[in-house]
Amino acid sequence: MAVAIILLLVALASVLFHIFSPWWWTPLASNWRYIDDTITLTFWITGAVFFAVVAFMAYCVFRFHHKEGRRAAYNPENKRLESWLTIGTAVGVAAMLAPGLVVWHQFVTVPANATEVEVMGQQWMWSYRLPGKDGRLGTSDARLISSDNPMGLNPDDPNGKDDVVVLNEDLHLPVGKPVKVLLRSIDVLHDFYVPEFRAKMDMIPGSVTYYWFTPTRTGTFDVLCAELCGAAHAQMRSKVVVEEDTEYHAWLEKQRTFAELSAQRNVEKAAYKSGRE
Amino acid sequence: MVDVPFDTTAGIPPAEVGEVELYHPKSWWTRYVFSQDAKVIAIQYSMTAMAIGMVALVLSWLMRLQLGFPGTFSFIDANQYLQFITMHGMIMVIYLLTALFLGGFGNYLIPLMVGARDMVFPYVNMLSYWVYLLAVLVLAATFFVPGGPTGAGWTLYPPQAILSGTPGQDWGIILMLASLILFIIGFTMGGLNYVVTVLQARTRGMTLMRLPLTVWGIFTATIMALLAFPALFVASVMLLFDRLLGTSFFMPTLVEMGQLTKYGGGSPILFQHLFWFFGHPEVYIVALPAFGIISDLISVHARKNIFGYRMMVWAIVAIGALSFVVWAHHMYVSGMHPYFGFFFATTTLIIAIPTAIKVYNWVLTLWRGDIHLTVPMLFALAFIITFVNGGLTGLFLGNVVVDVPLSDTMFVVAHFHMVMGIAPIMAVFGGIYHWYPKVTGRMLDETLGRFHFWVSFLGAYAVFFPMHYLGLLGMPRRYHDIGETSFIPASAHDLNAFMSVAALIVGFAQLVFLFNLVWSLFKGKEAGGNPWGGASLEWQTPETPPGHGNWGKELPIVYRWAYDYSVPGAARDFVPQNEPPAGLAAQGSRP
Repeated sequence: MAVAIILLLVALASVLFHIFSPWWWTPLASNWRYIDDTITLTFWITGAVFFAVVAFMAYCVFRFHHKEGRRAAYNPENKRLESWLTIGTAVGVAAMLAPGLVVWHQFVTVPANATEVEVMGQQWMWSYRLPGKDGRLGTSDARLISSDNPMGLNPDDPNGKDDVVVLNEDLHLPVGKPVKVLLRSIDVLHDFYVPEFRAKMDMIPGSVTYYWFTPTRTGTFDVLCAELCGAAHAQMRSKVVVEEDTEYHAWLEKQRTFAELSAQRNVEKAAYKSGRE
Repeated sequence: MVDVPFDTTAGIPPAEVGEVELYHPKSWWTRYVFSQDAKVIAIQYSMTAMAIGMVALVLSWLMRLQLGFPGTFSFIDANQYLQFITMHGMIMVIYLLTALFLGGFGNYLIPLMVGARDMVFPYVNMLSYWVYLLAVLVLAATFFVPGGPTGAGWTLYPPQAILSGTPGQDWGIILMLASLILFIIGFTMGGLNYVVTVLQARTRGMTLMRLPLTVWGIFTATIMALLAFPALFVASVMLLFDRLLGTSFFMPTLVEMGQLTKYGGGSPILFQHLFWFFGHPEVYIVALPAFGIISDLISVHARKNIFGYRMMVWAIVAIGALSFVVWAHHMYVSGMHPYFGFFFATTTLIIAIPTAIKVYNWVLTLWRGDIHLTVPMLFALAFIITFVNGGLTGLFLGNVVVDVPLSDTMFVVAHFHMVMGIAPIMAVFGGIYHWYPKVTGRMLDETLGRFHFWVSFLGAYAVFFPMHYLGLLGMPRRYHDIGETSFIPASAHDLNAFMSVAALIVGFAQLVFLFNLVWSLFKGKEAGGNPWGGASLEWQTPETPPGHGNWGKELPIVYRWAYDYSVPGAARDFVPQNEPPAGLAAQGSRP
């Protein structure tokens, strides 16, 4: 009796915890409402199954626990029941999988008008690169990385000259415009993770990965690294500022391009050399 | 009655095993230390696994102290935290659970349950244990080498695992890989034994469809392990080469602490595929023996045949086969080609169907049973609850698009602890309370057992159920300290502190269990040969604990399946597998 009640209480407490939990997902800031909806649907289906199974167990324990003279029934199989349960399960699984795959198709299909933004991870900081006036990012190569060229951009690529480089500072994005985030790492695995955007993807040295989203509200959001990247993994932080178009362009004007940064460094170098001689 | 027809009309001559077939120990050393008896090897495996498991338990306390009260314990820093999670995970998954289920339960139960005198290759079986012990010692040694154990996470993903930004890059990772290689060598020797014994050494009448589900679970898991571990073996060897010889199997052109390295041309994703080609079957290598044990515990303690035995066997086989085509669901956000997501989400959710069938059949076995709420039965019930809970959250993570926000958060940590931490450990405890009387001849103390059960089950549930919601909130895993964020409220820290206190209480309850194991060995109630009224063969041995060679002069003959409980018309509420049918006994043809 006591055991049956405790089992039932475990199921009830789980459901109540779910309903009254103050810990819930962050307010959405991207177009991925469908992901949240799929999670909600999955909670409903799995929650019902969990409660049903535990409640059934609790009832069995209550109703059929050992008493003097009780003898168990002998029923090895019941084909009909087993088939129905199998079919029911398959339907429930399909009800979660089908919407999941539809949303995944959206997730992996980048709209043609998405602007490219590059995120580069390294131990333990984030850098960003935006295409310049030509709307295209130049090529990069880990072998070109030096203190003068921390992102390893190709100086001979004309597309890269006007790229806007943001080293170890916040990324700004205009609200309401789809973004294709190109993800790159120069040392180990990282993962560009902004909880409010729902999307995330690992960054792998040697390849470029991506995902897309549309920021839907303005604000400042934390960037965390979600793939273990060594000792300071937990401190690898940055921020994304989503703002209105005018503010975004004001910010963009103040940023410097790859060509400007290189030129400035060359001037500094020359001055340093001449000063020493 | 579900039974494979077996021609018993003519009577069956006894099967004697000649003296030459068994190795007989000649001294104390060969009887208890370098023993070739599967039962002794099983106890050696179990004790070693539990000893190293205690290390992992202590590591979990340290982790919970740090997470619950960040900054309070100055002796835990970020590096050590990463080392703790790595060693905790690796020990629990491989050196405790795999070794205990296959090396411990497998060695003890397979020969007894199939009616054999021993494993078919006793010498190799002994070697298997000693190589395993060596692997454990090498692993434990990493705590004492310069730089300490590796902090790469139990997944050991390169490039990070072998670069200097990760603790234990010096010696820790090398010894870890060496230890894994040794473990796999040792396991392969034992695993071949278990498979061949089940296939070749079953006693007469013991058809495959009469095997207890425990044997089916361990047998299938062992075949899977023999197919899956080689992937980890080659991955370990290649990673070791990358670290020691400067090869670039997994290393692309990259920068280490601002300096360009000599590596180039390798693929970090390749390691992940190899790792998870092993790693996902590994989940079921741990789960299938637990499924089998739980099936038997429920049947024995509910005094009722397992419901849908044939479905249960086919579900085990189907899960085993399917588990080899779902590995990349661990890699949805790894950067592999996104179209893989469609395939792996589909296969992953299909595997839920045979798994659900198993759950239905367990709870339907309870229906109209005669449920004895013994300690093993309580653990079996707790297994079902935690396994169902963890299995259902698997439907979140397996469904590719739902995995995207949840992956690498505490939701994942909560999910896999529930489904392959708490649930299998409930099965381990249930199994130990159930078979301890056969191993030692004495019962474990029931009061201590109930205390251990309630604290462990409710406590562990209180740790891991709320943890899902921290993941939903977006709290990432493998953070020693979440620090300042704009989205995590202060109440989440209180919840973390609560979980830590619960985890410490659960941890200390395990000391009660260890005490019970030792105390009952001397002071426990005498058990007799068959205290639970079990029908399967291990309860029918002439001696308890079973002697060398398990059976007396003659091997048992099997006439029925292992689940003849509460058969209408039978005198007792169970009929042992080796009891001849009434007609046959009357003819006096049983030798």
